[in-house]
Amino acid sequence: MLSYVGRRLLAAIPTLWGVATAVFIMARLLPGDPARVIAGVLATQDQVDRLRWQLGLDQPLPVQYLDFLGRLVRLDLGTSAHYGDSVTGEIASRLPYTAELAFAALAIAVVVGVLGGAAAALRRNTAIDLAISAVSVVGISMPTYWLGLMLIIVFAIQLRVLPAAGADSPAGIVLPALTLGLLSVGLIARMTRSSLLEVLGQDYVRTARAKGVPPSRVVLAHALRNALVPIVTAAGLQLGALMGGAVVTETVFGWPGVGRLLLDSIFSRDYPMVQGLVLLFAVTYILVNLLVDLLYVAIDPRVRYI
Amino acid sequence: MSATSDGAEAPWRRLLRHRSAVAGLVVLALYAVVAIVGPLVVPFDPVRQDLGDILLPPSLAHPLGTDNFGRDELLVLVYGARLTLGLGVLAVLVGAGVGAPLGAVSGYLGGWVDMLVQRLAEIMLAFPTIVLALALVAGLGPGLRNVVIAVGVSSIPGFIRVVRASALQLRALMFVEAARALGVPSWAILLRHVLPNAAAPMIVQATIQMGVAILVAAGLGFFGLGVEPPTPEWGALLGEAHTYIFRDANLATFPGLCIMLAVLAFNLTGDGLRDALDPRLA
Repeated sequence: MLSYVGRRLLAAIPTLWGVATAVFIMARLLPGDPARVIAGVLATQDQVDRLRWQLGLDQPLPVQYLDFLGRLVRLDLGTSAHYGDSVTGEIASRLPYTAELAFAALAIAVVVGVLGGAAAALRRNTAIDLAISAVSVVGISMPTYWLGLMLIIVFAIQLRVLPAAGADSPAGIVLPALTLGLLSVGLIARMTRSSLLEVLGQDYVRTARAKGVPPSRVVLAHALRNALVPIVTAAGLQLGALMGGAVVTETVFGWPGVGRLLLDSIFSRDYPMVQGLVLLFAVTYILVNLLVDLLYVAIDPRVRYI
Repeated sequence: MSATSDGAEAPWRRLLRHRSAVAGLVVLALYAVVAIVGPLVVPFDPVRQDLGDILLPPSLAHPLGTDNFGRDELLVLVYGARLTLGLGVLAVLVGAGVGAPLGAVSGYLGGWVDMLVQRLAEIMLAFPTIVLALALVAGLGPGLRNVVIAVGVSSIPGFIRVVRASALQLRALMFVEAARALGVPSWAILLRHVLPNAAAPMIVQATIQMGVAILVAAGLGFFGLGVEPPTPEWGALLGEAHTYIFRDANLATFPGLCIMLAVLAFNLTGDGLRDALDPRLA
């Protein structure tokens, strides 16, 4: 098991390196002079030249690339052009907000999705099943930014029960978490339904029923537990989608996480920050997928790696 | 494509029995008519503003009210259909145009080419779609062309995957092996056999990608990084409406409804097409 974890971690390194290289190339493809952009339009030529020297932008590209990788290994993402302090520091202060939002959303998505999907599987081809598949496909088609606006209109403007924006009060997380969570409910419900239906047709479920195990125990202990692997995969992969959704949701609700930081940085042309954040999103995605793979072993004793 | 074997129904018949797919197709046909004919028959100048009539509620003269520029909301939405749907179509064409040949070459040639293309797809997939599109637009700047590039590029890996999968299957088939033995060059086999045989999965992929592309392109518009107001692209309209949400909730409702219905129609049609074209998955 330990050697499996080690091997998977090693295998992730080329992808991480590729992602870093892609971000480096993207940043160098930008039109215009980065030193001029970072210094601002009011800076003198002298200041721009000094900044170019400070940032190492006067060096040949391969030297810049090696320098970039070297600093990356030490988690040094440079200095924010807008906030003045280190990119890593600013990201670290915003990250807890995004983590809080993502986990709240994932909890909503998993609870509602698994319950809904299980209800659909157990009441197959009834109105419940139909309603749940309808909700699933509408959920997948819903623009996050629009869902957010609709929730603001209903709960903040018409009913006046929840704040429309900000993280100042504890109630502030409700609408963004609902917006973000509802996006994933459909996919998780679909996956639960099909996975559970497959397991319910297995011999051991029939055996359990035949020997008189109560129906609720058959579903919970025999079927759901075995249907869990695809559900965990779907939930884990949704965490990737949630990060993309967080950019949109945080901006709509003025939630001070890294997603909103990305958009703010794009507008303030804070390229070191944009580069750092794009890298953060990709690296998190790779690590989450790795974690999901490793979780299989814990959930399903049949999965064994040599 | 090969003729259907005995007893199997023609794909279009299976599609027509798929009720939700038919509903999707009807909505898409309606959208297509509006997008193509709408701007031609509607007497409307999308950038003409009438600041005396801003944010009016729905009335007989303006069934959906007026927007923050004093324009009739219904006409603005009709006009915007061509922009939002057009962005989706162009972006998917870019994604398929780059992704399909890469996938075909990757699956058919195998070896280090396959390795390289697979790593490339893996790296691109590590970026959430909207983040990749945002990063590209941040670098390229806003505007129609750049939105098409940004959204198109982020749909490339999906096309690489599906075309590669069917190229892998095809490579092992007898007639391809025969063609190779006869000395037909690889590019000709790719063009004449591999790509046409990947048509079915590509159509499914393109339909589903249309939904994603519309969501992302309108999202860029919503953030003010896509097509800029007063150009009536649906996402940009929604971004404007966000500013006025406390004064006029209607304005935020209708553009989003248009986007959602379009994406929903593409998703339903895509699901139906998958079942119809690939009975093994149904």
